[in-house]
Amino acid sequence: MNPLPLVAVVGNPNAGKSALFNALTGARQKVGNYPGVTVERKSGRLLLADGRPVEMVDLPGSYSLEPASPDEAVTRDVLLGNQKGERQPDALVIVLDASNLDNHLRFALQLIELGLPTIIALNMVDLAKRDGLELDPTVLQRELGVPVIETVAVRRRGIAELQAAIDDMLSAPVCGVHDRVKSDLIHLQRRAREIATAAVVSETPVRRWTHRLDSVLLHPIFGPLILALIMFVMFQAVFAWSEAPKSWIEAAVAWLSNAVSGALPSGLLRSLIVDGALAGVGAVITFLPQILILFLFILLLEGTGYMVRAAFLMDKLMHGVGLSGRAFIPLLSSFACAVPGIMATRTIDDPKDRLTTILVAPLMTCSARLPVYTLMIAAFIPNTRLAWGVGLQGLVMFGLYVTGIFGALLAALVLRRGVLKGSGAGFMMELPKYQWPPVKDVLIGLLTRAQIFLKRAGTIILGTTIVLWALASIPQAAPGQKQSEVSIAGHIANAIEVVVRPIGFNHDISMALLPAMAAREVAVSSIATVYSIDSPDQPASANKLEDNLKRRWSLATALAFLAWFVFAPQCISTIAVTRRETNGWKWPLFMVTYLFALAYLAAGATYWIAVAAGL
Amino acid sequence: MNAPVHIDVIALDRLKVGTRARVVGVDWPALEGGEACRLKHFGFEEGVIVEPLHLGPFGRDPIAIRVGRMTVAIRRRHAGAISVSPLAQ
Repeated sequence: MNPLPLVAVVGNPNAGKSALFNALTGARQKVGNYPGVTVERKSGRLLLADGRPVEMVDLPGSYSLEPASPDEAVTRDVLLGNQKGERQPDALVIVLDASNLDNHLRFALQLIELGLPTIIALNMVDLAKRDGLELDPTVLQRELGVPVIETVAVRRRGIAELQAAIDDMLSAPVCGVHDRVKSDLIHLQRRAREIATAAVVSETPVRRWTHRLDSVLLHPIFGPLILALIMFVMFQAVFAWSEAPKSWIEAAVAWLSNAVSGALPSGLLRSLIVDGALAGVGAVITFLPQILILFLFILLLEGTGYMVRAAFLMDKLMHGVGLSGRAFIPLLSSFACAVPGIMATRTIDDPKDRLTTILVAPLMTCSARLPVYTLMIAAFIPNTRLAWGVGLQGLVMFGLYVTGIFGALLAALVLRRGVLKGSGAGFMMELPKYQWPPVKDVLIGLLTRAQIFLKRAGTIILGTTIVLWALASIPQAAPGQKQSEVSIAGHIANAIEVVVRPIGFNHDISMALLPAMAAREVAVSSIATVYSIDSPDQPASANKLEDNLKRRWSLATALAFLAWFVFAPQCISTIAVTRRETNGWKWPLFMVTYLFALAYLAAGATYWIAVAAGL
Repeated sequence: MNAPVHIDVIALDRLKVGTRARVVGVDWPALEGGEACRLKHFGFEEGVIVEPLHLGPFGRDPIAIRVGRMTVAIRRRHAGAISVSPLAQ
């Protein structure tokens, strides 16, 4: 079977390439990674007027065929036919920002030299007009020798004409593809300027909108204040708006579990479905509301052009620990949940910056730690008031957050001096014009993120949850025996206990650590289960749990347990998403190892200091 | 285009916000490969008109600079490798 004709959409960053790609292909897109690299491959299908399908691929935005980043290397390799997992495109659609021709034409000239059938989409002509710039596409067409179509991708203008031109291009015979580009950058740049100047019909200097907005948003005082306000609203939304959908999902899963429990006889199969599969799926999709809300904000910030400004404002501070301004929003997002935080690191161009950000993101205190923190603080820290209305309990909670932040900054500093040494392209970014992203593009972005999370991370999370279930359920306990002691998990807990005994952890904690790998808050229910099994006539309510803890744990042990949870990577979802985002097991394994090591040291130090202080 | 009145040449990181200047040279060897490549892509080269527009709130770093029709953000250190000659206002 003949493969479909492959057309690549290619252009500079901020030329509106993705909007054009969305306009051509619609919502049915496939997103994956190119083999061996963490560069996203986005493809979709375009139906020509007579119904013939064409495969479209959206190549990473580039400034030229001389790559300055891994993304740009992929673009070059695909165009030259050297990229693993991709054939050479049959034709190109080059996207140009109409108001930035002198820069974008340079890359276009390079691409035209490749000799592939080519069409130029002269995009964002509306924004150019807004800035007082009038262009003549026929001059461009004459000078470049390829068809030029005016488009406004975000308003779907010129898309039908572009489709017709793609149809014509694919029907025409192809002559001579060159495999190397001859002209040097300086020559191309000069030629680009000449053509750009020739194409200008009229130019009225106007004070640009973008400049006016930037005077406020990048203001040395108002800029950071506005950023803080936006972050505050985003943070509130991620917590507050996700509450209701999360409880609906939990209710639905609980209803389904009950239904299955009612329909099936008790036994291993029912337990597998209810405690393994359904619990696993439930754990995965309860993350979904938070992920969608966070990404709604991120897509809006990205699409409007504000994200780059936020990075601009924060770059100096982040640079202090070897990160770039781009790491700010992913790290802040990780306070809600490290999973979307790590997924958001895709906006960081430099691979080492990005990897460092991924590796330290789990140190930000995510919402799953809160149940553990609240329970332990309520049980062990007296509710005394210190000066100025500050409570001791709140102070301890604050301390735990601060420890996480400092841990992350320190880890970043060490990583950048050690395994991830060396600087990349640093912080060099184009500040694009402000514009409002089309609703459809935002929805497509949300859909894509949801799919990635559910499919890729979901399979790993579900698989691991079932393994954890199997460990806890096999072999089945005989009457009079405790399931938690007889099972394989029970034996593993005994082995864990040997290791964690020196840092002050007791048997209850050892039993909770393995199931808490599914999610941190599971530690609470695991400990509750241990106590409810020990005293089956008492219901395991929260108060009872606190009383039990107070009776059985020393303060030193409780503090060590808190210190452990600041650092320990007890979250399969985070590990799974790290695997997906780094394209292999190497970095997730590294992350788990260094975080567990830190957790062990921190808990140990806390325990021994507390014991020495007589607590 | 106005002819430069000042013949004095300064580093781009010392150019005042809102002052237009012509690039007279870039110290390419002072930059790493990726950095140099990116600056070239942005269009920093001899003869180009640049204008610093905004400064970062902390340590006045990075700097947002207008190059041709584009606005780009680069760190102060990189701007230091670009020498410019200010134009008459």
